[in-house]
Amino acid sequence: MTVSEFAEKLSLHPFCLPVPGINVSGGYAGDLLSWVMGKAQWGDAWVTIMSNRNVAAVAQLTEVACVVLAENVRPDADLLALAQEHGVNLLGSGLSAFALCGVIAEFLRG
Amino acid sequence: MPVWGARMSEPVRFLWQVDGDDFSSAGEASVLAKRSLRELGFDAELIRRVAVAMYEGEINMVIHAHGGEAEMLVDEDAVRVILRDVGPGIPDVELAMQAGYSTATDSVRALGFGAGMGLPNMKRFADELVVDSRVGEGTTIEMTFR
Repeated sequence: MTVSEFAEKLSLHPFCLPVPGINVSGGYAGDLLSWVMGKAQWGDAWVTIMSNRNVAAVAQLTEVACVVLAENVRPDADLLALAQEHGVNLLGSGLSAFALCGVIAEFLRG
Repeated sequence: MPVWGARMSEPVRFLWQVDGDDFSSAGEASVLAKRSLRELGFDAELIRRVAVAMYEGEINMVIHAHGGEAEMLVDEDAVRVILRDVGPGIPDVELAMQAGYSTATDSVRALGFGAGMGLPNMKRFADELVVDSRVGEGTTIEMTFR
């Protein structure tokens, strides 16, 4: 499933979708960036509440399919600009990180 | 591994400066290294390991050492990354290698860093890791990836 379809079906807000055709194949949740770099996989939807520009670097290096900002967190202006420039898909949700992970896990299983 | 047209007599060398005290530029060397390795035709998993380990090193240099330099040497057999700084040095390398041990400040943690996973991640992703640190003089980290 593409990030674009994933965002639409889960009603996620697209802050920016520079590469909407990438496939989402799994998920990961975490806010400690080193932890995420060590564990997140290609094609994951990465759920976090971190919204600074370093999120863009970590997303690029780990090659996650998209970043999903939970809890109504909005990206910093820097993050938004970098995500657009470097091809990082950035989505948002009003759900808590816990609830959002539950929804994503169930959706990907289904 | 890429297919080289002719055996190289010496490795291809890349050098980047890592600005200190500025998280905004941390990661630039890693992203450029990743791009260069991709252009050279390296395996995607190896590229990912190099980039993540190098980013950890860049962050450490920004957090602890006011920056430094990142060098990458590439040949047919291996990618070597050498990170040099003239920061305060690591008093107890063995302790710093333990997952979760961190001396980062709260402000660094608020940015999502300082989890105590920097050196452990470098060790995990590199095939070889050599840490040469002298208190008051600086730290050189050499990582080899095959």
